[in-house]
Amino acid sequence: MTATMEPEVGKSRRRKEDARLITGRTRWTDNLTLPGLLHMAVLRSPMAHARITNIDASAAKDMPGVHAVFTGADLAGEQGSLPCAWPITEDMKSPDAPSIAVDKVNFAGEIVAIVVARSAYEAADALEAIDVDYDDLPVVLDMAAAVEDGADLVHEELGTNKSATWIFDSGAAGTGGDVDAAIAGSEVVIERTYRQQRLIPAFMEPRSFMCDPTGDQITLWSSTQIPHILRFLLAAQLGVPEHKIRVIAPDVGGGFGGKLQVTPEDFLTFLVARRLGKPVKYTESRSESLLSGHHGRDQIQKLTLSAKRDGTVTGLKVELLADMGAYLRLVSPGVPILGAFMFNAIYKFPAYKFVCTNVFTNKVPTDAYRGAGRPEATYAIERLMDELAAELDMDPMAVREKNWIAHEEFPFTTVCGLTYDSGNYEAATAKAMELFGYDALRAEQKERRDRGDSVQLGIGISTFTEMCGLAPSRVLGSLAYGAGGWEHAAIRMLPTGKVEVVTGSSPHGQGHETAWSQIVADQLGVPFEDVEVLHGDTQSSHKGMDTYGSRSLTVGAMAVVAATDKVKAKAAKIAAHMLEAGEDDVEFQAGSFRVRGTGAEAKGVSIQDVALAVFAAHDLPDGVEPNLDSEATFDPENFSFPHGTHLCAVEVDTETGRTTIRKYVCVDDIGKVVNPLIVEGQVHGGLAQGIAQALFEEAVHDESGTLTTGTLADYLVPSAADLPTFTTDRTETPATSNVLGVKGVGEAGTIASTPAVVNAVVDAIRHFGVNDVQMPCTPMRVWQAINTGQTDAGGLGDEAGGGLGSMNVTDTSGGQQ
Amino acid sequence: MIPAAFDYVAPTTVDDAVRALSEAGEDAKIIAGGQSLLPVLRMRLAAPSKLIDLGKVPELRGIREDGDALVIGAMTTHYEMQHDPLIAEHASLLALTANAVADPQVRHRGTFGGSLAHADPAGDLPAPALALDAEMVVRGMDGTRTVPAAEFFTDFFTTALRPGEILVEVRVPKTTGWSAHYEKFNRVAQAWSIVAVAAAVRVEGGAIAEARVALTNMGSTPVRATSVEQALVGREATPSAIRDAAAHAAEGTSPPSNADADAEYRKHLARVLTSRAVSAAVGA
Ligand SMILES: Cc1cc2nc3c(=O)[nH]c(=O)nc-3n(C[C@H](O)[C@H](O)[C@H](O)COP(=O)(O)OP(=O)(O)OC[C@H]3O[C@@H](n4cnc5c(N)ncnc54)[C@H](O)[C@@H]3O)c2cc1C
Repeated sequence: MTATMEPEVGKSRRRKEDARLITGRTRWTDNLTLPGLLHMAVLRSPMAHARITNIDASAAKDMPGVHAVFTGADLAGEQGSLPCAWPITEDMKSPDAPSIAVDKVNFAGEIVAIVVARSAYEAADALEAIDVDYDDLPVVLDMAAAVEDGADLVHEELGTNKSATWIFDSGAAGTGGDVDAAIAGSEVVIERTYRQQRLIPAFMEPRSFMCDPTGDQITLWSSTQIPHILRFLLAAQLGVPEHKIRVIAPDVGGGFGGKLQVTPEDFLTFLVARRLGKPVKYTESRSESLLSGHHGRDQIQKLTLSAKRDGTVTGLKVELLADMGAYLRLVSPGVPILGAFMFNAIYKFPAYKFVCTNVFTNKVPTDAYRGAGRPEATYAIERLMDELAAELDMDPMAVREKNWIAHEEFPFTTVCGLTYDSGNYEAATAKAMELFGYDALRAEQKERRDRGDSVQLGIGISTFTEMCGLAPSRVLGSLAYGAGGWEHAAIRMLPTGKVEVVTGSSPHGQGHETAWSQIVADQLGVPFEDVEVLHGDTQSSHKGMDTYGSRSLTVGAMAVVAATDKVKAKAAKIAAHMLEAGEDDVEFQAGSFRVRGTGAEAKGVSIQDVALAVFAAHDLPDGVEPNLDSEATFDPENFSFPHGTHLCAVEVDTETGRTTIRKYVCVDDIGKVVNPLIVEGQVHGGLAQGIAQALFEEAVHDESGTLTTGTLADYLVPSAADLPTFTTDRTETPATSNVLGVKGVGEAGTIASTPAVVNAVVDAIRHFGVNDVQMPCTPMRVWQAINTGQTDAGGLGDEAGGGLGSMNVTDTSGGQQ
Repeated sequence: MIPAAFDYVAPTTVDDAVRALSEAGEDAKIIAGGQSLLPVLRMRLAAPSKLIDLGKVPELRGIREDGDALVIGAMTTHYEMQHDPLIAEHASLLALTANAVADPQVRHRGTFGGSLAHADPAGDLPAPALALDAEMVVRGMDGTRTVPAAEFFTDFFTTALRPGEILVEVRVPKTTGWSAHYEKFNRVAQAWSIVAVAAAVRVEGGAIAEARVALTNMGSTPVRATSVEQALVGREATPSAIRDAAAHAAEGTSPPSNADADAEYRKHLARVLTSRAVSAAVGA
C-alpha cells in the first residue's frame, strides 16, 4: 500500500455483482431448491367483493401429486393479521388483514385456497379442480363516491370507508401562517384537481418464497427488500419466538417499493411449511404479480394555490383522497403522509395546509412505490407552478426563481418545519438551461405555433426536491411510525487482511456491493477487491432496517463508515505498539499507520499487518482484546434533500395526439457521488419510471373490479425504444448532514420527471385552450383534449383490443404459475 | 404460468401433419411459432389435448418464385420475411409489415402462417395479405385447395380453414416496382396495433396507376379500403390528393372501443394513417 493510492470513491467502477445478476446464475429465490421440496400454488378470487359461501376442494385433494389443500377455514386460527406498521392517527380504522380470505373477499386477486403438490405443474392442475361459490356484494371502486354518506362499504364492520384523516396546518403548527386567510386575501388563486393514477411497481423478478421448517430455526427465503423487518413481524404477528426464525433475502431482482412489504405469500409459505413439516416454495407468475402485489400512487389531489400578481406565492392548500385499496399493508397509510412535507417543495410558501383522507376500496392495497408520496407532491406543485405562470403570462422558470429558496438562505426551515441543510437551485438550473438550449426551443415553439404546424412543441420544467435518507428515528416516532430509521453495519477484519462488511441495508439491484466496497477501500486503505459485502441474511447480518426511501447510502453507508472508524481506533493502539510509539504519535493514512511527521517513506504498519498480529495475538499491548471487528449503528439527525432541474421538450402530433419526447435534460444535485456509473443507472431508470407514469402506465379496473391490465402486454412499461436519449449532468452541493456529504439518488429521477413531461405536453397544446391532460397522457386523451376539451378520455372500453392483440385475457382466477 | 397437460407430436412432412391433425380430432391444435398459442395455453384460456408442431416440416419453410407470384411457406418467420431478397423485390409491403411486428424475439419465432391462421384483427400481417390479394394454399385429408385472402378472414380469430386443414403456403401476386408502406400506430414500441394501414401503390408518370390499401384492427377482420383505392387511382401523387382520398378510409369499418382508443378515435386515426401510409409509399 503506498500513500499515493487513488481514492475509490468517485470512480465509475462497473458493478461487481452484475455478472451474476445479469446472467441469472445466482441465488434468485426461485433458483433455490431443498431436499423434498414441495410446491405451493394459490387460487385467487375473481370477485372484488363477495361472501364465500362454499369451497369444494375435495376433487383437488385427489389429484396426482397433491399433498394438501388449505382454505381460509384451515388457517384462520393461526394466520393472525398482516401488519400495518404506520397508524397515522390514533383513531385510524384498520381492518384485520388475513393472508387467506376466510369468509369474504375484498379485492380481486385475494387468495382463497392453496394447493401443495410434489411439482409446480401438479399444483397448478389441482387449482382448476377447486370450486368456490361466491355471493356478490356491492363493489366499491371510486374513492370520491366511497366517502359520500350512504356509500356501499368495503368493510361493513367499520361503518365507513374512511380509514383516517391526517392534517398538517402551518398556522396551527406555528411554522407558517393560516392558509385560508392567505387565500382569501390573495390576488390570484389557482384551483386544480389532479389524479395520480394507480401504478404497478412491475419489478423484474416476480416474488418468490421458500420456507424450510425442518431445522430448529425456521428459515424463510423471500424476494423481499426488508428481511429484518420481515423477521420481526413474522415473530410479532404469528407469535413465533424471534430467535427461531431466520429470514434470507438472497439476490433480489428489483423492488421499487413493491417488495417493501410483509405479504400474504410470505405468511402463507411460512404457515403451510410449518404445518406440513416440509420445505415449501411458492413463486408467483407475472400476472399474479401485477394482480396481487401491492400497487402504488392512486390519489385525487384537490389543490389551491394563492399568489400575488407579481408571481410571489402566498399560500397552498392540499386536500387529498388516497386509495388504500382493501386493506392497510405495511406502510400504506403513511405513503401520502411522506408527501405532506414536500408539496411546498423548494418554494417559500408563507402558509400551508395539508389534509389527507385515506379511503378503502375493493382493490389491491396500495403501498410504497418508488418515491412514495413525494412524486405525488412534486407532480402537484410543479404542475401548479406552470399553471400560475400561464395565468400570469410569466415564463414558468421565472415564477420558480421568484419563489425558490436562494442559495445563501440555506439552511432553510420550511413552512412544514423541515430544515433543508443545503441546496443550490440556481446552479443546477443554470446548467440545465444551457444544456437544454431553452431559448432556442422557445423560439422554435413560437415559430411552429405561428405556422399552425401539425406538430407542436412543448417545454416542461420540474425544479424538484425530495426528502430522503429515511429517517431520523425521532421524526418517525413523532409521525407514529412503528420503528426507527437507523441502520447497522459491521466490519470483520480477516487474518489475511481481507475485509467483510456486514450491512443491514438490503440491496435488490442498487449496487451496494460495489459502492460499499469503494467506501471501505478508502476508509481502511485496502484494495477494492479485498472487500466482500454481506447482506440480506438475518443470521450474518442480524440487525438492520433494510432498503427503501433512498436510505442505504445516506444512512446505511454512514454506519459502515462509523464501523470502519472503530476498526481504525482499535488498530491504532496495536499499530503504535508494533511501531514502539505512543498511540497519539501514530497517524493512519492510505492503509498504513506511521509515526506522525515521518513521511510516506518511513516504516509503517499496514492495517493488514495489524489484522495478522491480532489473529496471532502473541504480542498485543496489555488489556487489548485480540479483535479489530467493530459494529456501528447510525441514526441520522436529518433527512437529506437532493434536488435538481429537469427540462423536457415534447413534440405533440396534433393529428393523432401522440407525444414524443424530443429532448430530456436533467441536472441533479445529489451531493457527493460515490460511483458516477451507478448514479447514472439510477437516474436513467428513475426517469424511465417517472416518464412511464406521465405517458404510459396505468392499472385499470373494470366496473366489477377486475384488473384489465393484468399482463405486461396491457400494462405498458416502456422500453428503451420508447424513451429518448437522456442528457444527464450534476451539480455537487455536499449534504452537511453526513460525513460523506451524500444525499441519495434512488428516487430522484422518478420524482422529478413526471411533472416535467406533463408540463411539456400541456405547454404544447395550451393554445388550444387545454390546461390539463390526465395521466397517462395517451394519444387519445391528448387528441380529445385538443379537439373536444375532454382531458380524461379513455378509461373503460366495452371490448377487448389492447394487450395480447384482441384476446381478452382478463382472468383473475388464474392463480397457477 | 403453467399450461394444462397436452400430448405433443412433431411430424416431418405435411402429409404426416395433416394425418396427425385429423386423427387427433377437434381437440388438437397446430403449433407454429407459438407466439400467440403459448400465451393462450399458459393463461389456460385453451387446453388442447394435443399439439402438432410444424417446426420440423421443411416443406413449410422458404420463399420461391412461381411465375407472377411469390410462394411463401407458412413457417417462414417474420424475421425471414424482413430480410428475404425476393420479398423485398416483389412484395416489399410484406417485408415492411413484418418489420413492424412486436420485437426481435417474437419476430424470430412467430410465423407468417401462424399470424394468418390466428386471424387476430389487431395482428399486422393479415392486412397486407389482403391488400396484395394473396391466396392461401391449405391442405386437409381431402387434398389441397386455395382460398383468396378476401374469403379467408371471416371473423375475430376465425378463418375459412376447416377442421383438419393446415395452411401450407401463401401465394402472393408480385408487386414488383410498386411502392409500399405499413403505417402502424401503437402506444409502446413492442405492442400490437391500435390501428394500422397497409398501402401499396404503382405510380406511373407522377400519377397513381394502381392502389391497394387495407386496414388493421378496424373491424373483426382486416378491412380493404376499397373506396380509398378507387379515389386514389388516376390522381396525381400529391399530398392533397392523397389526403382527399384517405378521407374515405373509415367507410364501412366497425372498429372496437377500449381504454386505449374508442371507435370514433380509431376512425379518425384510420384516415390520418391512410394518408400517411400512401404519402410515405410514394414519397409525397
Ligand atoms: C409479446 C408479443 C407481441 C406481439 N406483437 C405482435 C404485433 O405487434 N403484431 C402482430 O401481428 N403480432 C404480434 N404478436 C404475435 C406474433 O406475430 C405471432 O407470431 C403470430 O400471431 C402467430 O404466429 P405463430 O407462428 O407464433 O403462431 P402460433 O402461436 O403457433 O399459432 C397461432 C394460431 O394459429 C394456428 N396455426 C399456426 N400455424 C398454422 C398453420 N400453418 N395452419 C393452420 N393453423 C395454424 C395455431 O393452431 C394457433 O391457433 C406478438 C406476440 C407476442 C408474444
